[in-house]
Amino acid sequence: MKVGVLALQGDVREHVNSLIACGVYPRTIRRIEELDNVDALIIPGGESTTIAQLAEHYQLLEPIKERIAQGMPAYGSCAGMILLADRVLDAIEGQKTFGGLDITVRRNAFGRQVDSFESDIDFLDGENEKVHAVFIRAPWVEETGNEIATLASVIAPDGTTHPVAVRSATLLATSFHPELTGDYRIHRYFIEELARPALISRGVR
Amino acid sequence: MSQETGTGRVKRGMAEMLKGGVIMDVVTAEQAKIAEDAGAVAVMALERVPADIRAQGGVARMSDPDMIEKIQAAVSIPVMAKARIGHFVEARILESLGVDYIDESEVLTPADYENHIDKWDFKVPFVCGATNLGEALRRINEGAAMIRSKGEAGTGDVSNAMQHMRKIGGEIRRLSSMREDELYVAAKEMQAPFELVKEVAANGKLPVVLFTAGGIATPADAALMMRMGADGVFIGSGIFKSGNPAQRAAACVKATTFFDDAKVLAEVSRGLGEAMVGINVADLPAPHRLAERGW
Repeated sequence: MKVGVLALQGDVREHVNSLIACGVYPRTIRRIEELDNVDALIIPGGESTTIAQLAEHYQLLEPIKERIAQGMPAYGSCAGMILLADRVLDAIEGQKTFGGLDITVRRNAFGRQVDSFESDIDFLDGENEKVHAVFIRAPWVEETGNEIATLASVIAPDGTTHPVAVRSATLLATSFHPELTGDYRIHRYFIEELARPALISRGVR
Repeated sequence: MSQETGTGRVKRGMAEMLKGGVIMDVVTAEQAKIAEDAGAVAVMALERVPADIRAQGGVARMSDPDMIEKIQAAVSIPVMAKARIGHFVEARILESLGVDYIDESEVLTPADYENHIDKWDFKVPFVCGATNLGEALRRINEGAAMIRSKGEAGTGDVSNAMQHMRKIGGEIRRLSSMREDELYVAAKEMQAPFELVKEVAANGKLPVVLFTAGGIATPADAALMMRMGADGVFIGSGIFKSGNPAQRAAACVKATTFFDDAKVLAEVSRGLGEAMVGINVADLPAPHRLAERGW
């Protein structure tokens, strides 16, 4: 399985290191021809507006959108979650996404940097040990479509509960940054539970 | 489920998200919007860009909170603001406004000629300037969550930024080649805490993100700094003191991503109009060199 990390802007290095720790040697993707060489894609944390603009200008937006629609497995953290969402609230005018996940995401939902936080959260209904999650000017999921499973939620300061990790058959998104904590379970979950089954069913090893 | 804010990881992590990006100085909400639309990862809200501070002289201070709030309202990307070196009350004010990062900056007139701000004591993260590794590690020891090489702000002359990046990079490479029992003297010589020196020697890099600032005026300058190992760039006067800010801003963003691709760099460097006029650092009399502020 060849996994790419979108490397237009953001914490690319941390995702690369997490994948290596999972035994997958990733490639970084900045150009359309590099995209053709990967079976799955990670969209890092960063600024969603910056990444979207660079993707559009360098003709990656539509091809990535198409690959995702055709079933390419993808995982996005933070800005990556925004870029995988079909609908974005508090976006800038004309902000584009790759889409594919039938969710509505609110940008900077937890507030500004002084509100950024870390917390131990249940992932997969506490099936696993708790995941130590780092939220940085993080988005949350406001609405999910029928095909979307919620893997983790967080209670906001106003008492409302919001999903912060969701998946569909081939796509995974988290509001938080497992790539910053040296905990590779989320990346392993993406590789083993989403990407590998999806690719095996299409005959890719 | 306790939620902990203002932790070291959250502060340093914020800077990790800015990597590969351009942070632009803006003085109005309109400029902030232009920067966001051009793909800036953050803006630095200030009343005068360094070139104007230099031209007009006088004491340069924190910006008016009204002006910072207007910029915060205009954009969705992070908004940074500058406090004077050692002016912890300006920093408290900026923190209360909810700015996303404070730059304890030599571009403003220092408030304390001996001490910097105790940055551990704040929820908001700080970025500080450095001209060498010892200075960078002293700032990190005080709680800085991000470092930028200082360069010489407001000149459009990239030579000092180059010198500071070479110096920091060179000193890191030197530490990496040393025996552990030699690191004690190295720490003493660079006047930096031993634990941080040891960490840098082991990892071959700073424990926080390293950006470059000071004198970057063209896409080629931005790419040069990335080639020197910067994680990203600050562009101060270089954009809004040029002939065509929107286009130059977008060009610098692209150049920072494709810093190693000369074809892309040639493409984005075309037809940008006039760059900021600039001053040669060598022509600046010593008291006007901002990089020498900070200790």
